[in-house]
Amino acid sequence: MIPDMPSDTSSSIFVLFGAACFLLIVATIGGELLRLRLSPKGAHPTVETYVTRLHSWWAMVFLLSIALLIGPAGVTLLFAFASFAALREFLTLTRKTKADHWALIAAFYLAFPLQFLFVWWGNSTLFSIFIPVYAFLILPILSVLRGAGNNFLSRISETQWGLMICVFCVSHVPALVTLDVEGSTGRSVLLIAFLVLVVQLGDLAEYYAGRRIGKKRIAKSVSPKTREGVACGAAFATLIGTLLFWISPFAPWEAALIAFTVYMIGVGGSLVLAAIKADRGVKNWGHLIPGQGGFVDQMDSVVFAAPLFYHLARYFGT
Amino acid sequence: MRRIAANIVGQCLALFAQFITAARADWRGIEPVNRQRIYFANHTSNADLPIVWTVLPPALRRVTRPVAAADYWLKNKLRAFVGPEVFRAVLIDRRSEHQTEDPIAKIIAALDEGSSIIIFPEGGRNRTDDPLMPFKAGLYNIASNRPHIDLVPTWIDNINSVMPSGEVIPVPLGCTVIFGDPLHVEKDETKDGFLTRTSDALKALQPQQEGGS
Repeated sequence: MIPDMPSDTSSSIFVLFGAACFLLIVATIGGELLRLRLSPKGAHPTVETYVTRLHSWWAMVFLLSIALLIGPAGVTLLFAFASFAALREFLTLTRKTKADHWALIAAFYLAFPLQFLFVWWGNSTLFSIFIPVYAFLILPILSVLRGAGNNFLSRISETQWGLMICVFCVSHVPALVTLDVEGSTGRSVLLIAFLVLVVQLGDLAEYYAGRRIGKKRIAKSVSPKTREGVACGAAFATLIGTLLFWISPFAPWEAALIAFTVYMIGVGGSLVLAAIKADRGVKNWGHLIPGQGGFVDQMDSVVFAAPLFYHLARYFGT
Repeated sequence: MRRIAANIVGQCLALFAQFITAARADWRGIEPVNRQRIYFANHTSNADLPIVWTVLPPALRRVTRPVAAADYWLKNKLRAFVGPEVFRAVLIDRRSEHQTEDPIAKIIAALDEGSSIIIFPEGGRNRTDDPLMPFKAGLYNIASNRPHIDLVPTWIDNINSVMPSGEVIPVPLGCTVIFGDPLHVEKDETKDGFLTRTSDALKALQPQQEGGS
């Protein structure tokens, strides 16, 4: 199956972990200083949100680093858990009736675990077609047998959408470890660090630049993202991708191009998921990540970027 | 021994409910502090009781007893353990011919011991398309007997999609329990007026949202 990680992979992870901790320590000291000055009684909402978000970031950095160090089992478990929480959030907001009960049960207790088992086995055929083909065909059959009813097409489509986004797309992240990357074996786990760092740091840069210099909104009715913010985010994501080429199997120019591409589709994903939230009249998908909302809020851009990155990495890196 | 077992089973149930629903309390009208209350909630699913019980902080959970149907909770040994011992339910019989004691007196006695209670004033699970069925008189009888205790409207959202009536396997979906502003019986208020007012207060907590339902 998957070979053990050579120790240089571990040392790469420690370098990344150290860098992330350094950034977070700077941000935390900055946050606490701001808090002393602006919000001594915890009354300044922006500062408090910022500090809460930082706590969540600390937790995410630790969890992801531990998962990466454990290797394939660790990342598969971590993203399976995130996928489950995301699916729960997504299907909470979709239309459904009693007739869909068994389809939903199949989605949660069959499609979700099987997809992650296929990832774990490294069976790339089953993993690529199981949800888009078999879940797509079988779940609606369960719903029609249980009584069909009103809005049938929108109900079955929304359930399938939830599976595609929260299970199929998310499962492409741990699937990266099954790729046979060029050079030393076992380094494929670092592809996950590459993807997550590029997309999330790009998002952060977009958020702060957008607040400072953002003017023209790109999807006015659903998201505060601006052209200026996204341009800065894209530049920063590309820079991070280029700087991180040494953990990836890519040449520096490939790393830059791939980072830019996955960041841009990530922005698109984040807009699409914001549009769904706006349509359903909610601000956040959930409440489990303090300061950020739900798992879908946190992973929106990574979710869209993951399948594309998987295919690019497969093409350029193996 | 049974007390310890009941505690452990209670913890496991709460964990399981959290895993399935990531249940969240929205303390909109009250604070989660230890104060005697009558929580009255909408009832659509057998999972309603565990869910309210789960979102209460452990300190409140210990002093809160649900009012539940004896004909349901005494049906078999497992239920007879979970209902009376894990939830410490105040069991009342809905079938008047089986009633050995006055259900209202039993509930008042639980209140006089200092317990808070959870009650489903529709008197059974709501299988209609309306958000609430008309309230039974019980809530008025309790409230007018102990008018100083806060009546807290408690809306349980989305649980019916987790476990529609007649289904046994729960689907993991998010649930929210919304606690509203406390109410009391007003001076010279009629029974019907009171029941309509409390029912409207509970209905008003229902989130307006497309989809879901």
